[in-house]
Amino acid sequence: MDIVKILIDAGRAAIGVPAAAYALSSIGLNLQFGYTGLLNFGHVAFMLVGAYGMAITVDLGGSIWLGVPVGILAAVILGLILGFPTLRLRADYLAIVTIAAGEILRLAVRSSWAAPLTKGIFGIQRFADEFFDLNPIPVGLYGIGRFRFDERTVWVLLLGWSLVALATVFLWKLTRSPWGRAMRAIREDEDAALSLGKNVFGYKLQSLMIGGAIGALAGMFLAIDQQNVNPDAYIPLLTFYAFTIVILGGPGTLFGPIVGSVIFWFLFEFLDGVMTALIVEMDIGFLDALDATDVGPIRFALFGAGLMWLMIYRPQGLFGSKEEMLIDAR
Amino acid sequence: MLDKHPTLANVAPEPGVGKPNPILEADGLKRFFGGLHAVDLEHLEVERGTITSLIGPNGAGKTTLFNLLTGFDRPDAGEWHLNGGPLVGIPSFRIARSGMVRTFQLTRSLARLTVMENMMVATKDHVGESFWGALFGRWRHIEAANEKIALASLERFGLDHMKDEYAGSLSGGQRKLLEMARALMVAPDVIMLDEPMAGVNPALTQSLLHHITNLRDDGKTVIFIEHDMDVVQEISDWVVVMAQGKLIAEGPPEHIASNATVIDAYLGRHHGEVP
Ligand SMILES: Nc1ncnc2c1ncn2[C@@H]1O[C@H](COP(=O)(O)OP(=O)(O)OP(=O)(O)O)[C@@H](O)[C@H]1O
Ligand SMILES: [Mg+2]
Repeated sequence: MDIVKILIDAGRAAIGVPAAAYALSSIGLNLQFGYTGLLNFGHVAFMLVGAYGMAITVDLGGSIWLGVPVGILAAVILGLILGFPTLRLRADYLAIVTIAAGEILRLAVRSSWAAPLTKGIFGIQRFADEFFDLNPIPVGLYGIGRFRFDERTVWVLLLGWSLVALATVFLWKLTRSPWGRAMRAIREDEDAALSLGKNVFGYKLQSLMIGGAIGALAGMFLAIDQQNVNPDAYIPLLTFYAFTIVILGGPGTLFGPIVGSVIFWFLFEFLDGVMTALIVEMDIGFLDALDATDVGPIRFALFGAGLMWLMIYRPQGLFGSKEEMLIDAR
Repeated sequence: MLDKHPTLANVAPEPGVGKPNPILEADGLKRFFGGLHAVDLEHLEVERGTITSLIGPNGAGKTTLFNLLTGFDRPDAGEWHLNGGPLVGIPSFRIARSGMVRTFQLTRSLARLTVMENMMVATKDHVGESFWGALFGRWRHIEAANEKIALASLERFGLDHMKDEYAGSLSGGQRKLLEMARALMVAPDVIMLDEPMAGVNPALTQSLLHHITNLRDDGKTVIFIEHDMDVVQEISDWVVVMAQGKLIAEGPPEHIASNATVIDAYLGRHHGEVP
């Protein structure tokens, strides 16, 4: 087993495109879940409308720079539509409605009646040429030794991590303001917040829309990298990646989503490498029954178990404050 | 005994009686839970600038009445006015903003906010609490000013040494105190306290009573639910008695203490009668 190669691959994944995309997506989810206490189980829906909003705009002849605000607007509208009927009800209603909305949207863009716009199961491709044409980085490989990226990836990563940095500054401004304090008050006890004159419904709606818009940006970023939007990519699993990352990093912390995403994708790739090596290269008796295609499912099982362990022993995440966790909300 | 409020001197001690200068008026307010008439009031007025105690046996409907008046529950019938303005159908947060703030019988501290944050979050009309204001507004000087007010208030409630602790780490009595201090940060005209003394130690109770009288003397109206008759006798200007959802008596504390209907309600209808 080439442990150095496995570590390098894992390290590349830790700062790679999915890591940046999910850091961004999780920043949005963290505002909703970590700061406001909203159970948005359909975060993928926001990523979907962002990506499709942009891709369709370009496909209809618009510029990608018009596509970006279109995608954000689509997410804000989705937040309004999902939030309006549910945010006055108990928290679980939002969870049910959002998880359903994610699936409905995926099936809708996939359907034949939407195909004139969404191109159905084939999806839309090559809508980000405008972005790649701007790449000023000369052709070549950048990095040290085997830890290298080509010029295209560097350009995409530059975009991704810049967006992460911008979103973090934005959230930093927001969450340490009185606005953020009101959000946290709502997370702790809605009735108490109401009794102090806070418009709880309005705040929750804002949180859903803003967090959703950040999720949409993440969806657009992933789509730009792949130059492809396809309905079958937007499965509920994406939402649960984001939740895992938020919980791993610590809900309601500023850098939690970034740290969580880096660790998540490092482990993701690392486990993949180690398990593939163990199963394929090594001659270990009890692993004989397995082959390389089993790696994916086993990895998910391990992640599931890890998430359970976190929820039981470190619900504040790896880096959340211990003190805060000791306070059992009432 | 603390000074009583003069304006109620000539008001007859009868249930539903009119007051010279009421801040709060309720008419035909009803709330049913299935067949149970939790609240069933004909008419109630609360005099401005007084301390009005709301008493009654367990399950009399006192908390439910608070919930109705503050918009936390919807009545099945009836209407009520604050400062002459109708409150039917107004959401609870708007009622709080319009000047009537309540506390809860079961305390609701914002556990993972510090004591100071609990106080600061209660201030109203804060530009920094709107999305655009938070990003681009100038709110730091407002925060600084509010922090001074909050600190002074925490001192009065004996919580200043806890200001940087999470509210979730306070004791039960301390949470009651924090909740009351926090409600006052909203700067309400009417403050409604649901058993604020429950679980607070006697020494502190005295200073709280003093504080409540000060609030009245500053022109605020205090309505509070209390089971301890000594406390009620000591500070109330007026006492309203509920039993089984109905307003059964009201009047100055001396009058209530000797009222046969009230004693009946507390001790059961046929106490002392020879069967
Ligand atoms: N949400 C509810 N659903 C059903 N019944 C309720 C509800 N809330 C209150 N009740 C009933 O209404 C009646 C009045 O309750 P309430 O809490 O107002 O009493 P209270 O006067 O505050 O009593 P205590 O002094 O014990 O706090 C009780 O019989 C109670 O069981
Ligand atoms: Mg009660």
